[in-house]
Amino acid sequence: MLLVPCPNCGPRNSTDLRYGGESHARPDPNTASPAEWRAYLYLRDNPAGWLRENWYCASGCRRWFSVERNTATNEFRDPPLPGDKRGGAA
Amino acid sequence: MRGNGRLGRKRPPKYSAAALAWKGLRGQSWPRVWRDCDLKRSYDAVVIGGGVHGLATAYYLARNHGMTDVAVLDKAYLGSGGSGRNTAIVRSNYLTPEGVAFYDRSVHLYEQMAVELNINVMFSQRGHLTLAHSDASLRTMHWRAEVNKLGGVNSSVIGPDEIKKECPSLDTSDHPRYPIQGALYHPPGGVVRHDAVVWGYARAADHMGVEMHQKTEVTDILCEGGDGPDGKGAGGRVTGVRTNRGDISTPIVINCTAGWASLISTMAGVRLPITTHPLQAAVTEPVKMFLPTVVVSGSLHVYVSQTDRGELVFGASVDPYANYSVRGSLEFTEGLAGHVLELMPGVSRMRILRQWSGLCDMTPDYSPVMGHTPVEGFLVDVGWGTYGFKAAPVSGEQIAEAAATGTTPKLIEAFALSRFDDGELVGEKGAASVGH
Repeated sequence: MLLVPCPNCGPRNSTDLRYGGESHARPDPNTASPAEWRAYLYLRDNPAGWLRENWYCASGCRRWFSVERNTATNEFRDPPLPGDKRGGAA
Repeated sequence: MRGNGRLGRKRPPKYSAAALAWKGLRGQSWPRVWRDCDLKRSYDAVVIGGGVHGLATAYYLARNHGMTDVAVLDKAYLGSGGSGRNTAIVRSNYLTPEGVAFYDRSVHLYEQMAVELNINVMFSQRGHLTLAHSDASLRTMHWRAEVNKLGGVNSSVIGPDEIKKECPSLDTSDHPRYPIQGALYHPPGGVVRHDAVVWGYARAADHMGVEMHQKTEVTDILCEGGDGPDGKGAGGRVTGVRTNRGDISTPIVINCTAGWASLISTMAGVRLPITTHPLQAAVTEPVKMFLPTVVVSGSLHVYVSQTDRGELVFGASVDPYANYSVRGSLEFTEGLAGHVLELMPGVSRMRILRQWSGLCDMTPDYSPVMGHTPVEGFLVDVGWGTYGFKAAPVSGEQIAEAAATGTTPKLIEAFALSRFDDGELVGEKGAASVGH
């Protein structure tokens, strides 16, 4: 059971949320080169360790947030507070 | 494992019923199947990953291209990753013409494998049913059947009555929440004993001179001339690998890992469109044979087959979030049990013996990433998601050709890493256990 720390709803079972993958800042579509845009769309760091990632609290507050999780141990660290705008979450 | 060096034999002792009886009656033991070698300082090619893909690649490098100065490196033991954790299903009823041609070649290689490698891989072509529970999925089954027929693959759509005839234990009534409306029936599909495939390739490669190095972890890939730090990255070329047992110089490095594909490729400065997700599987206690075919339901996220020992082997969909941990979860067993009972109410009293999980490298289009990369001499055979085992023979054959000749064989042109730059994704929605 993975408990994901939602900034608004507190710890929730991961099945209540939707996974949004790695959190990367979106390049500006007006100035990004095709290579940068494709890298943003497809390429992933996929580390075995700490990863900043996006979650969508689908059956709770219905907001996106970003949080750091260790992909090898499933620990979370530095959980966000309401209104936290870190990471690349839209 | 003892490091007793070369066994000094040229020809492998042939496995046969007569040899089994002879050795059994005389109480003789069997010789070691592959050697333990000292790690040399240089090889013509290094394969990272000692699973079915890596071993098949080494085997075909030696057999088809005469490259025998090859080392296969694995950080654990041969077949310790996905090769020993998959559910051993082989089929070729995919959705894209590229996928059908590719996996069909793999089924043919599996059909010849027992004779070619002189090992009983127990390939049982018992038929494969992909169930449809809605009009939309039935339409996709018709689509797949037509693509398969064009590719010369035996598949057809059958209705509930025929499904009941093929597989009487399935509930084809309209009682379940998602009644079975039809199925894609693929007679050449079946199951193989996956460990035997690993051992067969390892044994055959060993006898041609390929060296297998277990407990040898690659910690870095050495490059020169690239645009990144330490000469890594696009435009550079590979000069060797660094391992926990010392450096090796080699002009060709082939990444045949699953789960760690991104981490290994990053060592050469190549980023991949891959995220690692575990896939969980489970096996029940053994019972008498009652399930004659492999049964798959994409809508219910379950596939099941019965082993020759009588156990039911279940697989499901990949876990929804990226993860390198192979711990099982209770949500998985609960969900799996519910879905299986929906299909086969008769197994409600069966007990699950154990569950496990393996790492799947998922790509955005459910197709692998194969072939050359922007780093010269660094090839990838990765992104094998939930379909790696069934593709092992053909991947080994094609990647060996790519590595030995420096070209890209036609069968894997569509799976090149550059397809993400060109916007030519393959979109293989016939892949198992992916939500679609």
